[in-house]
Amino acid sequence: MTVIDKIAPEGSKAGERTSPRPTFRHKLSRWDVKVSPYLYIAPFFIVFGIVGLFPLLYTAYVSLFKWEAGDDNPVFIGFDNFKELFADSQFWNALTNTISIFLLSSIPQLIIAMLLAALLGSRLRGATGWRVGILLPYAASLVSIGIIFANLFGPKYGLINDVLQLIGLDPVDWQASRFGSHVAIAIMVNWRWTGYNALIVLAAMQAIPKELHEAALIDGAGMWRRFTAVTLPLLKPTLIFVTITSTIGGLQIFTEPKLFDAMPGSNNGGSSNQFQTVTLYLYQSAFENYNLGYASAIAWVLFVIIVIIALVNFLLTGRLARTPAVKKK
Amino acid sequence: MRTIRNGLVLALGITMTALGATACGGGGDATPPAAGPNEHVDLTLATFTEFGYEALIPEYERLHPNIKITHRKTGQGGPYHQDLITKLAAGSGLADVTAVEEGHLSDVLDKGSKFNDLTKIGPADASPDRWLSWKYDAAKTKDGKLIGYGTDIGPLAMCYRKDMFQDAGLPTDPEQVKPLFASWDSYFAAGADYVSKSKGKAWFDSAAQNFNAMVNQLPTGYIGTDDKLAVEGNQGIKDAWTKVTDAVAKGESAKLTAFSPEWEAGFKQNAFATKVCPAWMLGVIKEQAGPENAGKWAVTAAFPGGGGNWGGSYLTVPTQSKHPKEAAELAAWLTAPEQQIKAFQAKGTFPSQVKALTDPALLSKTDDYFGAKVGELFAEQAKKVQKPQYKGPGDGQIQENASSPALKAVEQGKSAADGWQQMVDSAKKISR
Repeated sequence: MTVIDKIAPEGSKAGERTSPRPTFRHKLSRWDVKVSPYLYIAPFFIVFGIVGLFPLLYTAYVSLFKWEAGDDNPVFIGFDNFKELFADSQFWNALTNTISIFLLSSIPQLIIAMLLAALLGSRLRGATGWRVGILLPYAASLVSIGIIFANLFGPKYGLINDVLQLIGLDPVDWQASRFGSHVAIAIMVNWRWTGYNALIVLAAMQAIPKELHEAALIDGAGMWRRFTAVTLPLLKPTLIFVTITSTIGGLQIFTEPKLFDAMPGSNNGGSSNQFQTVTLYLYQSAFENYNLGYASAIAWVLFVIIVIIALVNFLLTGRLARTPAVKKK
Repeated sequence: MRTIRNGLVLALGITMTALGATACGGGGDATPPAAGPNEHVDLTLATFTEFGYEALIPEYERLHPNIKITHRKTGQGGPYHQDLITKLAAGSGLADVTAVEEGHLSDVLDKGSKFNDLTKIGPADASPDRWLSWKYDAAKTKDGKLIGYGTDIGPLAMCYRKDMFQDAGLPTDPEQVKPLFASWDSYFAAGADYVSKSKGKAWFDSAAQNFNAMVNQLPTGYIGTDDKLAVEGNQGIKDAWTKVTDAVAKGESAKLTAFSPEWEAGFKQNAFATKVCPAWMLGVIKEQAGPENAGKWAVTAAFPGGGGNWGGSYLTVPTQSKHPKEAAELAAWLTAPEQQIKAFQAKGTFPSQVKALTDPALLSKTDDYFGAKVGELFAEQAKKVQKPQYKGPGDGQIQENASSPALKAVEQGKSAADGWQQMVDSAKKISR
């Protein structure tokens, strides 16, 4: 970009120009300032428009039709798909399961991630090794994790039940019980994502200036006080980011419950849909029942729910991390 | 996990764009003229899992120098058929010769207009008497079109554990166990007997495996000939349900979901003493039970309720094909008895052709693992199959997503009545 020193910044009244009329070059450089930034950020928005926004809007369009795959003339039915969806007990069941699994995974995940980050931030021997180690589960293939965990949680010959029986407890039929299956799936999710989130939080912790902690120490603050008054407020943006990405991911959970089902390839989420999630139901509607209109309606409802929950999270996380100690205007 | 939604939406978007773009791909009756004898023709053949055609394709190309065949093989049946239905909907992308599995046949028959009638374009030697009549008739649409040539079948017999029978004081010789497997009543009664004598060991692997075989033997299945759901008032289905759930209540089921990791482990863990056995199941048992159990499994030429079939496929020629005549000729050649015997020798797919069932290569086939002349045994079982049951659209889906999960729920502790209600509700939802 050209260096521009003659142009007053937009909106400033102070620099009223009395210079001669602007030359063409001058105009050009002015456009440069105005237009270039948009050109630089355009690629993202163009790509997003094609692979993000267009499918989103087209899905909304399809959701207004009774559109069977292979239908040559889909029928326009307005909001009937949505009406049917809100009266569909299987959808509410799937939504309850999704939220239950989401809560069982996200809350412990974030708390453990914070603690892990605090531990990894302290003085360790071979710190890099630990930090890489924590990310290993994230690097493993999701499908193989799913298959291995489904085996571990096997009701008859699974290792976890063997261990439970070894210490004198009753075995749990992980696939039969609703809560049991949710816990098992949440463990799968946590195993994969905790380390990833811990590293993000760790990076933010490392960025906190040492002086603040030192000042707090001199003021006589203990460890807990320093954590709540210095670390947490400064971690706020990162926590918001981590919470929102976990929300988006957690509400779209698909692979883990699909592979957890004992029936190979099943999209039922258990014998009585006890762990069928919304995305699993969406997939079943679209690619097993070939009911594309209905599936699109599910997709849109899920989208709205995710936006709402992410907003609630955003507000809550803001509340949690707000303290009068460090208030920047 | 995090990008699933975009992926799904994108996939939906792409699928729908494809649908929108080709919404006029309806099948006309205009058959393109056949190519001349020396004109070069490219054909595609799509199969899944193992059909045993690898050596046959070069042979066909040698016999027909002007024809070049591209073979597309897919590993798993599930994704293959999903892809098939999608491409059928899109109106393009299917192979000239497309294989369809028997369990998905009802969905394809429902879209019969998108397939060529093989009685019209196929060669004369592919006449109805080539196949077992039930196999041939099952590929006919309601208006009498034949849309597929039968490849292989899965005639049903019973497999059982000789050593476990012996421990419980039951007969072990294949001839002597036949009475136990004479009818479903005798089978479940023998099971109750076995459970008490073996101090609580299970008789069969999974309720759904037996129930599916029982429902397949009925004159009509989940869907009536009027293509309407026929579960609630269907006495045959109700009786089968009662018999199976009673057996579960008596502890006869090992409560393993077929083909799940736990079911596979069950073979090694001696979890059950009998197993519904289509011809291709022998390979599965060998693989899962492993060499350490060789000689413990046996198979007998008896099946409760007479006979039955589970599995097998057809070769179809979609109307999308640019060379339907040549495609039909290839399909007819591949499904001729001589070629199916070669496929049987290569991969063990059991032939559906009458002539192949008397072929010495088949009749002399023995299996040391089971200590039986399996070729002869399954040929006998294939002849016991009654006429095919009419399978309306959604039949396979009801089995997979209504009855099997409901029976699993009963095995997991749901009452038989609640399970029945769950099956009826799910079936209604599917066939809406």
